[in-house]
Amino acid sequence: MNFSEAATSGLFFHLAPWLVFFPVIGLLINMIFGGKMSEKAVGTVASLASGAAFVVSVLLAYSLNAVHGELQTVPFAEWIHIGQLQLDWTFRVDSLSTVMMLVVSGVGTLIHIYAIGYMHEDVRFHDEVKRFRRFFVFLNLFIAMMMILVSGDSYLMLFVGWEGVGLCSFLLIGFWYDFDTLGRKSTANAEAGKKAFIANRVGDFGFLLAIFTTFWHFGTLQFDGVFEAAAAHPDPYVISAITLFMLIGVTGKSAQVPLYVWLPDAMAGPTPVSALIHAATMVTAGVYLVVRSAPLYSVVHSASYIVAMIGAVTALFAATIAVGQYDIKKVLAYSTISQLGFMVAAVGTGAYVAGIFHLAAHAFFKALLFLSAGSVILGMERGHHHLAHGHGDHADADAHHEDGEVFDPGDMRNMGNLRKQMPVTFWLYLAGTLALAGIFPFAGFWSKDEILLDAKLHAEHFPGVYWLLAIAAFLTAFYMGRQIWMVFYGKERTEVAKHAQESPPIMTVPLMFLAFLAVFGGALNLPFEGFHNLGHWLEYTIGHVEDLPLNLGVAGVSTLLALLAIFLSWLIYGKNPIKAGQPDPLKKALGPIFTGMENKWFVDEGYKAVVLDPFQKLAKFLSITLDWNFWHDWFHESVIYGFFKWLAAFLSDPVDMGIINAVADWLADLTKRSSESLRRLQNGFVRSYALSVLLGVVAILGYLLFK
Amino acid sequence: MDGISVNYYVGLSTILFVIGATGVLIRRNALIIFMSVELMLNAGNLAFVAFASAHDLLNGQVFVFFIMTVAAAEVAVGLALIVAIFRSKKSINVDEINVLKG
Amino acid sequence: MDFMSNPLNVVTFFPLIGVLLLLFVNKENKVLIRWISLLTALATFGLSLWLLSQFQPANPNLQLTINESWIQVANWNISYYMGVDGLSILLVLLTAFLTPIALLSTWSAIEEREKDFNIFFLLLEAGMLGVFMAQDLFLFYIFWEFTLVPMYFLIGIWGGPQRIYASIKFFLYTMAGSLLMLLAILWLGIHQGTFAVPDLIRMGGIPAETQIWLFLAFAIAFAIKVPMWPLHSWLPDAHVQAPTAGSVILAGVLLKMGTYGFIRFNLPLFPKAAIHFAPMMAGLAVVGIIYGAIVSYYQQDIKKLVAYSSISHLGFVMLGLFALNSQGIQGGILQMINHGLSTGALFLLVGMVYEQTHTRDFDVYGGLWKIMPVYGSIMLVVTLSSMGLPGLNGFVGEFTILLGAFGSEAIGSPWFAGLSAIGVILAAVYMLYMYQKIFLGPTGSIVETVKEHGHALRDLSAREIITVAPLLIFIFWIGLYPKPFFELIAPAVDNLVAILQAAMH
Repeated sequence: MNFSEAATSGLFFHLAPWLVFFPVIGLLINMIFGGKMSEKAVGTVASLASGAAFVVSVLLAYSLNAVHGELQTVPFAEWIHIGQLQLDWTFRVDSLSTVMMLVVSGVGTLIHIYAIGYMHEDVRFHDEVKRFRRFFVFLNLFIAMMMILVSGDSYLMLFVGWEGVGLCSFLLIGFWYDFDTLGRKSTANAEAGKKAFIANRVGDFGFLLAIFTTFWHFGTLQFDGVFEAAAAHPDPYVISAITLFMLIGVTGKSAQVPLYVWLPDAMAGPTPVSALIHAATMVTAGVYLVVRSAPLYSVVHSASYIVAMIGAVTALFAATIAVGQYDIKKVLAYSTISQLGFMVAAVGTGAYVAGIFHLAAHAFFKALLFLSAGSVILGMERGHHHLAHGHGDHADADAHHEDGEVFDPGDMRNMGNLRKQMPVTFWLYLAGTLALAGIFPFAGFWSKDEILLDAKLHAEHFPGVYWLLAIAAFLTAFYMGRQIWMVFYGKERTEVAKHAQESPPIMTVPLMFLAFLAVFGGALNLPFEGFHNLGHWLEYTIGHVEDLPLNLGVAGVSTLLALLAIFLSWLIYGKNPIKAGQPDPLKKALGPIFTGMENKWFVDEGYKAVVLDPFQKLAKFLSITLDWNFWHDWFHESVIYGFFKWLAAFLSDPVDMGIINAVADWLADLTKRSSESLRRLQNGFVRSYALSVLLGVVAILGYLLFK
Repeated sequence: MDGISVNYYVGLSTILFVIGATGVLIRRNALIIFMSVELMLNAGNLAFVAFASAHDLLNGQVFVFFIMTVAAAEVAVGLALIVAIFRSKKSINVDEINVLKG
Repeated sequence: MDFMSNPLNVVTFFPLIGVLLLLFVNKENKVLIRWISLLTALATFGLSLWLLSQFQPANPNLQLTINESWIQVANWNISYYMGVDGLSILLVLLTAFLTPIALLSTWSAIEEREKDFNIFFLLLEAGMLGVFMAQDLFLFYIFWEFTLVPMYFLIGIWGGPQRIYASIKFFLYTMAGSLLMLLAILWLGIHQGTFAVPDLIRMGGIPAETQIWLFLAFAIAFAIKVPMWPLHSWLPDAHVQAPTAGSVILAGVLLKMGTYGFIRFNLPLFPKAAIHFAPMMAGLAVVGIIYGAIVSYYQQDIKKLVAYSSISHLGFVMLGLFALNSQGIQGGILQMINHGLSTGALFLLVGMVYEQTHTRDFDVYGGLWKIMPVYGSIMLVVTLSSMGLPGLNGFVGEFTILLGAFGSEAIGSPWFAGLSAIGVILAAVYMLYMYQKIFLGPTGSIVETVKEHGHALRDLSAREIITVAPLLIFIFWIGLYPKPFFELIAPAVDNLVAILQAAMH
């Protein structure tokens, strides 16, 4: 049997479980033998494991194409069977899941390779080489969990992956758990990981409720079963409840308003993690969930509108914050939230293809941007290292962590003119920026345009969405422009920036792949007759999709906006580059608005005041006051035990001693006194005893005689 | 013995018993008390024998044998006690043996 | 089957052979004492597997029963009635499984009066096994009370600084509850003419009014043992003061005797009352879930945190049981096992670090993952299992419970399950708090303190890894492939649900 026959016969579909097994095998090898392996070997094993999953994804996609996109389910094992509840480990291969698999494993593999180079230096700057292996174990675990998420055939299996990636996110954000982002000893990174996990759990809580409602109304959790049942009994209340509960999950995982707050903190993780998990793959899981549940969302317009509005508001809100950030990764983080908002808004308006298209394109260019930012940060670290240790003086390796003055290699105010020191990174970064800003013909142009077009076309059903997104798109181009001018142009604002060094090829070569995708990724779904490849591919899963042609009006407006924004950013940051110590020029122009942007609109503080502090107080009240002082000490000790002690005292003193004992004492006294008087009879003289015997006998005899 | 009424025997026995009892009550020498006890026992014996003969029954006579045996045993034990007391007290005056008084 | 060779008798009383042997060992010969009791416990576990092999999963009834007339006075028909079914088989196995693990953990922790300790421990095992097998109310009561005695001594002799207080509180609290149960047992036995539970269930016919009183009498005894909020006040004391092995058994098995009592007696004997009280019990369970979780979060003592988390976890079990449908009850039973495994493992692990540091105060810990990577990784898995991460055992139980409770006819409202699901969030809050305090962040002062005493913190020894490894296997096994476990439970639960359904309509 040759290859194409094998593909048509569906043989390859049995490989689906290997999407999960390959990464698991990789992580097991690293976990068990990694201690004795070199860094290169560990990284290679992990990358191969991820690469193998990519190969499987390609084979699955190829086979699926061969069978004309017909849905394939691959049962693997039984899981939970109780009465009506029938849950299995079953893999689902359809056009939607294969797209996700390809993105996850493809981008994932590139990031694995990049991470070999990146982590090599990162572990050295943190003086702990042992953690190199742990990083790759977690990374492989993430790929495995993500694969479960996208290839599961039921909501619960999706949920397994959903929580699993949350765990990996927690582990990887807190990867440098004994430091903060600047390398000082602190619990900050660990806190960030915890924050991410808990915010996600809040979302998962909603997702769980959605699952319960689904089960009790539709009797199953398997996707097709749910959709069929929903189509048969489209009870709008039930479906609204399910979709809105699910939306809570989406806002948690895909970092939407109001649960987005964890994502910026998640930048505490090593940069490859930010790129892979917090930009390209995990955070898009919410988008995937909505697209997967399209048959539910499309039934209830109000739910869809809420989804779209949340997406649009998030897109704009996060974009405003991104404008006021100084940390190179924080800008990208808020940008990610904003772009996720675009996707969520797209899938909310029913533009599923546009959502997935932007998801894929965003995965390419945002991964590229993050990894390039990582390259910038490491370049700065190298420069700092170089300065701190002079030439060849490595005697005190810890010095630059403990010398008091803390250098932030990610702060854009410390950079400037880096294109001179790091030309390769500059070009890569520029490609990513143009793609993100939506400049023709980069990937972001096509995908963002499709979203805007859809929003515009459905404006009467989804009022406001288009405008929010359009403004967000403008801000996107502006803050990216600001970043480029601040990082790569102008004059070096610190000595370190002058000594920054370019990254090695193991880091830059994967970036070139990503840059290629960021430039040409638009080809996935060109809006011309005969193209729309992604749309047609997804039609297999989500039903008929309208082929939208390029709308020159929408495209023109958004391109104009983007160019205008970039020009504006040049006026502010490019023409007169800010100097060391100079405040952001926008600060003067915008005043308090900029302060709000800079401080993330004080949302974290708000949460602290509204949620965290009251929770702390409640916990303190419940545990200390109520449970311990009141219930344990007062009620049990004072009331129960105290009453018992009082009762015991009462019974023993007045009752026992006063009454019962008194009677006994009186009896004893009586006996004693009578014996006192009687003892005189006992005089010890046998004679008198004998006399009394005699008298006794006489008395008895007398009695007998005279009775 | 036909001529003599049983009353005489009983009368003698009574006199003997009273003498013995009086001796027990008023004498202080343990040996004398002992002899008095012996006297009382034998007064009893006499009464038994007398009634037995009068009623022509054997029971009384048999009882006398028992009493005599007991008396002998009692004397043996009693004398041994007196000897033991004398060894510790150097006296057999019963008034001095009153450690059990209440 | 022959009386002496019946697997139930053999399993229950086998530990006593070890006790007998231990009586003849010199108390100085610690190695021999350890090995005798460990091997006895292992053999008991082996025998329980033999019991499992004789058990037919598809049969919903009591199996391998022994029913001998025992005390027949007037109209009292007390019998020596033992049997296992799907409701109890897993708990029997859990008991036999956890005991050798707990014993192994004492090899370095218990240093004085080891002989007495091991004797008490084996006695305790026999008592617990008896509780799960007894099918006669009177016999059950005897085993139930019997377990108190060794536990009382385990806490009172080998416990922490306030051990006397804790052990007396534990004893009195449980006793107080079980006296009411004794009254109910006597009433039932005399009134119905038999103490045999299956016969009582078959007869039924207790008027609803009476069921309510009997239900309450039983429920208070069991609720104290579980412990359900607000009768939990003995638990933090007992857990914190008990030696590690005692905590493991206390959390792993003794608490389950309470929840087991509910399924074995309250639900089938008083189905009408159970339906009547289902919303109330579910309400208490929900309060327990949330309350336990929030209170856990604010603890300074690691063991106390785990102790309060038990209140939350057992709230889930109770919620599942009183969903009165098959998802809820099956999930509840599985969650009992899960809690035994996860919390047992947590106590073991906390005990292991305590042996080195002699403190359980969170503030001195931190960054231990760096120093003890194996320990940190194992603890991570156990923590995640305890907070119900999918793919690990806790999730399967919690999910089925919440699912069952969400659609439960008896509870009548999805709000209970909805609120309990908040417990899932809170579990992450306090569990991650614990994990972070011990393992993440910069290294805590304890590292220096230990060093000053001339040691350095070491990672787990081979023996310690062997101690927890079996627990980890089951944590993954149940999480990924719980089918064999559900298959053991399902038929008996379906039976029980049928009884409840009949009473409902």
